[in-house]
Amino acid sequence: MAPVFAYAPAPESRAIVDIAPSYGLFIDGEFTEAAEGRVFKTVSPATEEVLSEIAQAGSEDVDRAVKAARRAFEKWSALPGAERAKYLFRIARIIQERSRELAVLETLDNGKPIKETRDADLPLVAAHFFYYAGWADKLDHAGFGANPMPLGVAGQVIPWNFPLLMLAWKIAPALATGNTVVLKPAETTPLSALFFADICRQAGLPRGVVNILPGYGDAGAALIAHPDVNKVAFTGSTAVGKEIARTVAGTRKKVTLELGGKGANIVFDDAPIDQAVEGIVNGIFFNQGQVCCAGSRLLVQESIQEELLESLKRRLSTLRLGDPLDKNTDIGAINSEEQLTRITSLVEQGEAEGAERWSPACELPESGYWFAPTLFTNVTQAHRIARDEIFGPVLSVLTFRTPDEAVAKANNTPYGLSAGIWTEKGSRILAVANKLRAGVVWSNTFNKFDPTSPFGGYKESGFGREGGRHGLEAYLDV
Amino acid sequence: MSDRLNVLKTYKLYVGGKFPRSESGRVYEVTDSKGKWLANAPLSSRKDARDAVVAARKAFGGWSGATAYNRGQVLYRVAEMLEGRRDQFTREVAEAEALSKSKSAAVVDATIDRWVWYAGWTDKIAQVVGGGNPVAGPFFNLSSPEPTGVVAVLAPQESSFLGLVSVLAPVIATGNTAVVVASENAPLPALSLAEVLATSDVPGGVVNVLSGRTAEIATPLASHQDVNAIDLAGADEVLAKELEIAAADNLKRVLRPQPVDYAETPGIDRLTAFLETKTVWHPTGSLGASGSSY
Repeated sequence: MAPVFAYAPAPESRAIVDIAPSYGLFIDGEFTEAAEGRVFKTVSPATEEVLSEIAQAGSEDVDRAVKAARRAFEKWSALPGAERAKYLFRIARIIQERSRELAVLETLDNGKPIKETRDADLPLVAAHFFYYAGWADKLDHAGFGANPMPLGVAGQVIPWNFPLLMLAWKIAPALATGNTVVLKPAETTPLSALFFADICRQAGLPRGVVNILPGYGDAGAALIAHPDVNKVAFTGSTAVGKEIARTVAGTRKKVTLELGGKGANIVFDDAPIDQAVEGIVNGIFFNQGQVCCAGSRLLVQESIQEELLESLKRRLSTLRLGDPLDKNTDIGAINSEEQLTRITSLVEQGEAEGAERWSPACELPESGYWFAPTLFTNVTQAHRIARDEIFGPVLSVLTFRTPDEAVAKANNTPYGLSAGIWTEKGSRILAVANKLRAGVVWSNTFNKFDPTSPFGGYKESGFGREGGRHGLEAYLDV
Repeated sequence: MSDRLNVLKTYKLYVGGKFPRSESGRVYEVTDSKGKWLANAPLSSRKDARDAVVAARKAFGGWSGATAYNRGQVLYRVAEMLEGRRDQFTREVAEAEALSKSKSAAVVDATIDRWVWYAGWTDKIAQVVGGGNPVAGPFFNLSSPEPTGVVAVLAPQESSFLGLVSVLAPVIATGNTAVVVASENAPLPALSLAEVLATSDVPGGVVNVLSGRTAEIATPLASHQDVNAIDLAGADEVLAKELEIAAADNLKRVLRPQPVDYAETPGIDRLTAFLETKTVWHPTGSLGASGSSY
């Protein structure tokens, strides 16, 4: 179906952000070259344009950064909470002031639509710093006993799907509780973390309290294994999470892991269809489906399958894929060539296993990494596309007849991060929510986040919670 | 002493509410501190451990689905039954830990009180660690604690009864089910506790008690894909590390061994260690794109 009215392009200006041709590591308050002199390039996934050349951290740099964080820890942890709070409030304010710049930067480096960085990522980033700023001088009242102590140096490794938001989730509670941090952003999205280093400078944050080490998995592994790191926080794949759990075994390091998911989005026959369709779209196509809590398995009650799929396909046909900097764009670029290859291969397997593939008519740009929104029907629980996390804009549709069957299918996965329920019946929401083994359950909505609300997984989706009062525990000796 | 010959007890495992012998047919000699023979305890095998996990999984739905009030009642009932067997446990603990009768009695009293303390937690922990979150938007959301599932518990080696109860009661108080590996050298109080549990309204399978070599039984439990968490209290440093590595295969929640004075009133750490937090969201106002609202 051709659109009745085409949208004129509405590109956001990239003039607001000034990306330097090269960046160093941020250690002890200064940008510095990597010890081994290695560098890597970060590209814009939408155009494959090289944005900047970044110093690549190695184990020697990890050691330097951990030492800087250790030195800074003594004074930082001894600061009155009210003073630490003020630093965090400053950071939150500067993020708000620079939010347009950061949104454009994040869109360039990550490939996600400006609509999302502007309206979802950046407001949440600022909100997280505001939220945890307020905890810094109230830790005695957080329910962990009087005078809970920080752990020391936190080694944090974050993914590429929400680069700045994941940084905020990790750094805000760590600093509020008096820890110092060494953070490794993902190799495909290092820029916003380096801009954050500049925000730390503007806020007058003492040297060494925050250190940023762009690099690859080897740098992350070295950071996690470093003997002088007291706390390990990781968001990323379940496979790497398991490796980290093995690495920290037998040590005193406290660890929290936010890992993969294969969220079920359950639609009952009495659900408001139009709203459910919006929720399904939001659940799997937000951030090109590169979301650990994405609703990647749609479980539809059999009696409404036809009606729902028809609405869903009609809605998907209106999604606009293209330039992430265009304010009308719904679906941006896949973050990297590697990720595109993974999505493509899993989707091909889905077809090979007999599931039925559908995409709306959708023209893909010629350069960059793109994948059209994709729907699979005739999917069974045994299909790989119903079991493996695809981390892309690919929705598998399964059906059920009774609420018990829906629950059984929803729980039939080693993951346990998120789930959605769509029904107008309150008792059904509560009954089903109770039985779902998932850390976050959205009913009649999906993919909502808030700094006050604990987020994290059951089972192989990891352990620990981020956000809310619960998020403090990960950074306190309790 | 009368010349009557007393009747000895054959100690057995406790799995799924029943008292089987070890599948392996093996036993090992349990002695007091002076080397005097006390009993032959079952020497559990890998298969016993797996059977216990199956029983614990089967019991999980019912136990975690029971109301917190009901779980509290059942746990308190255990304390009542323990009180009635106070003399038996005093003797068993005295033999197991080489304590005088009066010291052993004090330990047993503390153990019963510990059980009562945890019984009272079942319907309070949710309010302490859960609650409503003030979301910045038209949503209502609620974070509630939920049991993590089947928990393997390696009971402390030295404290055969107070230590055992201090690690077991918090696991089941919150709705988890447990597979307990009793103290290797002093398993008899644990095996007798099973008899109390069996007659205290605790559903079969909620607690399963194994005796034997801790390292031998713990290894299959730590790598078991249907065990959700493991408490390493009874493992030494080397074993604890091995088990923690094995536990990573399905990302079990691991409670590492730590110095604990079991005589002290515990905090809530052992309750929260085996809880997940679930956050449930619902819109309160606008129903999204359509703009309709209640």
